[in-house]
Amino acid sequence: MKPSNTRKGFFAEGVLTAPSFLWLALFFAVPTLIVVSFTFHGHTPNGGVAESWSLVTWRALADPDYPSIIWRTLRISVEVTLWCILLSLPCAYAIARMDKRRRPLIAAAIMLPFWTSFVVRVFAWRTMLHPDGWLQSCYLSYLRCCEWLFNCLPAFLQHALTGLGLASPEPLDPALATALDSEVAVVLVSVYSFLPFALMPIYSAAEKFDFSLMEAARDLGANSFYAFRKIFVPCIRQGIVSAVLMVFIPAIGSYVIPQMLGGTNCVLIGNKIFMRAIQNRNIPHASALATLMAVSVLVPMALTVWWRARQKARDKKKADIGMAAQIPGATV
Amino acid sequence: MSDFLVIDKVSKQFGALTAVDSVSLGIKKGEFFSLLGPSGCGKTTLLRMLGGFETPDSGRIYLDGKDITDLPPNQRRVHTIFQNYALFPTMTVRENIAFPLRIAKLPKAKIDESVDAMLEMIQMKAHAYKYPSQISGGQKQRVAIVRALVDNPQVLLLDEPLAALDLKLRQHMLMELDIIHDQVGITFIYVTHDQGEAMSLSDRIAVMNRGRVEQLDQPAKIYEAPISSFVAAFIGDTNFFAGEIVSAEGDYCTIRCEGFGDIQAFNDRKLAVGQSVHLSVRPEKIHVTTSAPPPEKGAGVNVYSSTVTDIIYQGVYTKFWIKSGERSVSALKPHSRFLLDQEPITWNDKVFMWWHPDDGYMIENFSESDAGLVQTPPDAPKEVSGK
Ligand SMILES: Nc1ncnc2c1ncn2[C@@H]1O[C@H](COP(=O)(O)OP(=O)(O)O)[C@@H](O)[C@H]1O
Ligand SMILES: [Mg+2]
Repeated sequence: MKPSNTRKGFFAEGVLTAPSFLWLALFFAVPTLIVVSFTFHGHTPNGGVAESWSLVTWRALADPDYPSIIWRTLRISVEVTLWCILLSLPCAYAIARMDKRRRPLIAAAIMLPFWTSFVVRVFAWRTMLHPDGWLQSCYLSYLRCCEWLFNCLPAFLQHALTGLGLASPEPLDPALATALDSEVAVVLVSVYSFLPFALMPIYSAAEKFDFSLMEAARDLGANSFYAFRKIFVPCIRQGIVSAVLMVFIPAIGSYVIPQMLGGTNCVLIGNKIFMRAIQNRNIPHASALATLMAVSVLVPMALTVWWRARQKARDKKKADIGMAAQIPGATV
Repeated sequence: MSDFLVIDKVSKQFGALTAVDSVSLGIKKGEFFSLLGPSGCGKTTLLRMLGGFETPDSGRIYLDGKDITDLPPNQRRVHTIFQNYALFPTMTVRENIAFPLRIAKLPKAKIDESVDAMLEMIQMKAHAYKYPSQISGGQKQRVAIVRALVDNPQVLLLDEPLAALDLKLRQHMLMELDIIHDQVGITFIYVTHDQGEAMSLSDRIAVMNRGRVEQLDQPAKIYEAPISSFVAAFIGDTNFFAGEIVSAEGDYCTIRCEGFGDIQAFNDRKLAVGQSVHLSVRPEKIHVTTSAPPPEKGAGVNVYSSTVTDIIYQGVYTKFWIKSGERSVSALKPHSRFLLDQEPITWNDKVFMWWHPDDGYMIENFSESDAGLVQTPPDAPKEVSGK
């Protein structure tokens, strides 16, 4: 019997976990519930929450701007997460393969940016992305390539990309296409800011990875890239999952970066929440936006978890059938 | 038949250390070939060059007539069994075995068929959907072996594959390896520092020492006719006698051994009188009896009266340390009721030791440093100098 099943074990476990449990309840669960309950009240002109219960706040969310802002926030968060993971994987691999003595140095270098203020670092990007700077000219060349590629695509793909907001059919106007105060700046600087959060968990998983498995894969005929994808990446998936959470969650709520680098072209949900809470002094409305955002993230996550569990159960069943097949006369 | 795998003067240097020193070997198709040597002698390095994980500094490697020296590992039809099995932890047993076939992009039905055949061969169908962490060491070993055999490679390299298993399992896997080798007929190159493993499996053994091949021969030849003092001392145990030939007639010669006596030995190399030589006599060839041997047994030569100084019981054998003149000699005696001499021998008994002149073997290349590999009689406990 497990200790938790016995009375004594249960008591001991309870005493030991009570502080952290209380902490979570007090500072996480209760505030979340308060925020959700705010959404079922109106607001008072002086920035308070109205006494009476009502659905005015939810009705006010029918602002036609919101769906596109939520969609943009999700899209940018996914983009940022993907970039962070894609950049972290080869980096983590390279660092983990390095001489043991040099690794702490590299790890320290990754953490180095945290010694400077986040706001200062983000502000520095404003200078670097200045319309007269070399990053801007790189960006323009990149846009020209994209435009050329877009024009090569068949019409239905062009429509699809336009519909998803990933492309625009209008010809490029160099005067308007500035990297600063655009979505590109937000993605770029978000990737820059969040990269260490992705690199750290992936690196610590990669450090525990047994690199002789890569040799074994090569030995059995795999090329390096195949071995990287099919052996290295699956083996460090725990690190990748943590990295995704470490980047995606702050990216969803990010508002300093779009505020400073996105201008009016890249307003995200974080900015809207800030605007409603501080400028309009409408706490219930801000709460409703936050709740909406949380739901739009939690639902796909829950679906993924459910789908994974089902997949696992299927695998298990397959294994059981495989075993049963070995026992003569066994019925499946 | 010409050699299937040819290693031509291959050398590998790590900084100032020469790990593999101009090794040349020819290995036949379907052969079970062993590389045997002490830890650090360069076996793994040589194997890694065959697998494509290291590039030789000089020399070439040919497989089936083709130069494969510079081919990357994934382009050689040579597979390795790593000492830690190197099964992929995120894949089931089935997926592990299917891995090489999936890379070769075979149709699914074909892959399933081959994997099933392999699982059948190692009797692990019931474990097909388990992960490597859920099966035992011996089972992992088997999966690693068939994973490397499933796409029918030209050569299988095994780097101390049984080192991590316990004695019983090791003996069992040894047998199983032999059976698998007979079934698939693929060339096996087996690396080990365990002479027992190498002796019982191999068609031929290359004994390595300090990056060089000392001797390449069949197991019995390696044991009975060691070419150097290293081989004689590393494979099994032996007694070395240094001396000078004082007479030589026909096939035999007499060696005068300072502090011991005269020894008659088979003079296969036809050495002349006056030569100084080293003779190796294996402990199990030396008889120990309380009475002098009957003349027809020992022919009256190589009989030495001596004193028992130590007795070490070893199960199958008992080891005797006996002193004759100034020499301590080790002798092994099996336990059996049917031996000539049934009286028990104990410490300080006066005994006779004797061996047939054919049982001594004259060592061609002798080095004093190898003499250190030979067991020496246990000393009386030394006094610990207190601090
Ligand atoms: N990558 C390496 N770098 C430096 N020295 C090495 C390397 N690989 C092996 N060596 C050295 O080469 C020698 C032979 O090693 P190895 O081939 O592993 O021996 P074995 O397998 O016979 O025990 C050893 O002294 C070892 O320390
Ligand atoms: Mg080794």
